[in-house]
Amino acid sequence: MKKFFVGFAVVSLLIAGVLSYFASSDPDGLDKVTEDTGIAQHAQEHPFSGGTFADYALGGDSRFTGLAGVLGVVVVLALSFGLFMVLRKKSVR
Amino acid sequence: MSTMSPVAMHMSDGLLNAPTSVAFLLIAAIGVGFALVRARADLDDKTAPMAGLVAAFIFAVQMINFPILPGASGHLLGGALAAILVGPWVGALCVTIVLVVQALLFADGGLTAIGTNVTNMALIGTAVGFFVAMSMKSLVRKKGGLALVAFVSALVNTVLASAGFVAEYAIGGVGGVEIGTVALAMIGLHVLIGIGEGLITAATVTAVASVRPDLVHLLRGTRPELEVRA
Repeated sequence: MKKFFVGFAVVSLLIAGVLSYFASSDPDGLDKVTEDTGIAQHAQEHPFSGGTFADYALGGDSRFTGLAGVLGVVVVLALSFGLFMVLRKKSVR
Repeated sequence: MSTMSPVAMHMSDGLLNAPTSVAFLLIAAIGVGFALVRARADLDDKTAPMAGLVAAFIFAVQMINFPILPGASGHLLGGALAAILVGPWVGALCVTIVLVVQALLFADGGLTAIGTNVTNMALIGTAVGFFVAMSMKSLVRKKGGLALVAFVSALVNTVLASAGFVAEYAIGGVGGVEIGTVALAMIGLHVLIGIGEGLITAATVTAVASVRPDLVHLLRGTRPELEVRA
């Protein structure tokens, strides 16, 4: 059981940390539609756009996308693992 | 155009008027609250860590935009994937956590838009993925059946999540773009993205099922197995 969980975590870290450099930088479906129709003109600047890891980079430097990705995986894992362990039914021993 | 970053992938603030944004914040809060209550029944010492890993995996794979047309890409939304692996309630929470971390830490997806992003991807996407998967459940024990179920439920989840945006834009969109134009473009592109989502979901679910079928929520109660190995 442990082996599977560790493997699953490693796969996620590799995807976010390495494969992320090979992601397409073209706009996604939603961005494409809002840009083409002009809806995107109404988009507001994100309140945290100046944040350290904004846009999956480090201080705006996308050479660190992999690092941002690894951080994201760790943060999502910690938050969700914490929430789900608290919510779970305790096993009867 | 400083707000348009090629790596941002969820709805920004300002695309919908304030009342609509607030209404969907409420809808999302009610939906997530309901999921929090119902998720308990699906979480135990084994499924809780699995669900954490599913959320982390969805975050990672969402970073991987794949090309669909010249000048346009798509990425996993994850609703069907989460619903098949950990059930609809826990699954909705997994996608919600991903969206919240993306908005707060990576400035991806607006803060007032978080209600619509959660509604579309965490609630609609997961619920639709789950319903489609359940409606095809009799196929999962056939050869290739699980992959087919995962593919179809993920494709439908992507298209209907994008229809969620169309509905929200129809209710309170800013800019006065004709809704038919928005609908045609959104649904058309998301059928293509849904094919990618379907392939990723089928590959992932099949891989998990091949080594740990007991960790696939959709497979529960479908096998006469539990053979005791000496």
